[in-house]
Amino acid sequence: MLIKKHQDIRPSEITDEAVYMNRRAFMRRAGIAGAGLAASHPALALVAKSDSATGKRLEDVRESGYTTDRPPNSWEDVTTYNNFYEFGTGKSDPSENAGDFRTRPWEVEISGECARPGTFALDDILAPHALEERIYRLRCVEAWSMVIPWVGFPLGDLLKRFEPNSTAKFVKFKTLYDPGQMPGQRRRILDWPYVEGLTMAEAMHPLAIMAVGVYGRVLPNQNGAPLRLVVPWKYGFKSIKSIVSIEFTRTQPLNSWQRSIPHEYGFYANVNPNVDHPRWSQARERVIGSGLFAEKQPTQMFNGYGEQVSHLYEGLDLRRNY
Amino acid sequence: MKPGSRAFTRGVKISLWPLCLAPFVVLGLSAFGLFGLDLGANPVEALLHGLGKWGLKFLLITLAITPLRRWTGWNWLISFRRLLGLFAFFYLVMHFTVYFVLDQTLDVAAVTEDILERPYITLGMTALAMLVPLALTSTRGMMRRLGGRWKKIHWLIYPAAVLGVWHFYWQVKLDTLEPTLYAAILALLLGTRLWYRRKRRLARQNLSDAVHPAR
Repeated sequence: MLIKKHQDIRPSEITDEAVYMNRRAFMRRAGIAGAGLAASHPALALVAKSDSATGKRLEDVRESGYTTDRPPNSWEDVTTYNNFYEFGTGKSDPSENAGDFRTRPWEVEISGECARPGTFALDDILAPHALEERIYRLRCVEAWSMVIPWVGFPLGDLLKRFEPNSTAKFVKFKTLYDPGQMPGQRRRILDWPYVEGLTMAEAMHPLAIMAVGVYGRVLPNQNGAPLRLVVPWKYGFKSIKSIVSIEFTRTQPLNSWQRSIPHEYGFYANVNPNVDHPRWSQARERVIGSGLFAEKQPTQMFNGYGEQVSHLYEGLDLRRNY
Repeated sequence: MKPGSRAFTRGVKISLWPLCLAPFVVLGLSAFGLFGLDLGANPVEALLHGLGKWGLKFLLITLAITPLRRWTGWNWLISFRRLLGLFAFFYLVMHFTVYFVLDQTLDVAAVTEDILERPYITLGMTALAMLVPLALTSTRGMMRRLGGRWKKIHWLIYPAAVLGVWHFYWQVKLDTLEPTLYAAILALLLGTRLWYRRKRRLARQNLSDAVHPAR
């Protein structure tokens, strides 16, 4: 059983703040000492500039009981090893380039098959929702994984407020398009803006959340601030970041990665150790933070959330619907 | 110290060693977190990619010697080609070692599956295998013993470089800018060779036309 109810764990207990803050202070000093070398070595550049948005501490975060059997990754890992192509395709690009990203004012447009469409200020989107901590595994399609203590609220609770009608079969999300602020969008690597989608049933599943924080703090920009999706049983690219549009649709949205390389990335993108990526195996994953000599770990079906979500895919050929 | 003199060659070689080893030393120190160096959240991937890219860089530098020599007329450049080529081989062997030992933790079955079923890994392994006879026959003694065959064997560096860059290109998820840059440099280096061959053939033809004018 991988989803445990842990009543006694508090967000602040996961990694003692003093520990990671000290580490950051050390890294900063090391960064100054190594500044001459920094320009020539990417890992050093990362050290020197790791001082990006730390985020304010979030108030009134409830414990949800969703946790994992593996300890969460460090703040450093979670905030410096990111895939967020809007800020560059290197893992350290987002933490280096997203520092000045403006997440206020922020609006989210709700449209499509629902009774209450409109454009809402972020605060109005967030206001009715109590925040809770969800410690989830994250499995990237690139065969690495982390454990991340998100702060957010169920996506279903948000969607219900706009009263989707019976013709709404899918939800389509879009990331902000702003090449002025998002340097990665100046090159047409993907067809911007980034698009993702879920079936209505997936979106209403209690495991799917909208996250606004991590480690009890406001989400750093490189992690998809101010509002991002987290769908823990799917590959990471489904969990779209910096959302500005939510649309209820009748037809299956064409998500960005599928549009770009359809034989490698599909709509469902459920974590599945039995269906390999055409170019690499998905049977095992490198656990980030486990060190230089750690073995890769076996990947679990639906990233270990099968008990909760497998009923969503009954009768669906997961080999064809990758 | 005149270029081409024994002292000059010795001096350059002695200074090339630390230069060529520097990326390896920096990667090694970073892997163990020494001197405030760090490889980030995924050190195995950083080592693997770092060593592979340095291997390809040295391969391209080695392939640049001949065109550079022809262009500048600095024939002494040739005395450093073997050293650079062997460093390319060293980095690529270390790249494979990190893959086998750290990434796959000595899992022979997984590595075999990778080599047989993942085309980009098949390409990389083939390229590395092609470089093995080159490294083995790089000594002066082997050069002498093999005579004319030595050149034929060492022609393998061309397909090895092409497969190596292709391996890099194929491995990248979507953003192919960096491998494309490597491919462009390789194309330029191979292109100058074709151009030079053509020029020489034409020159030879002109010469023979001059000696035996058409009647």
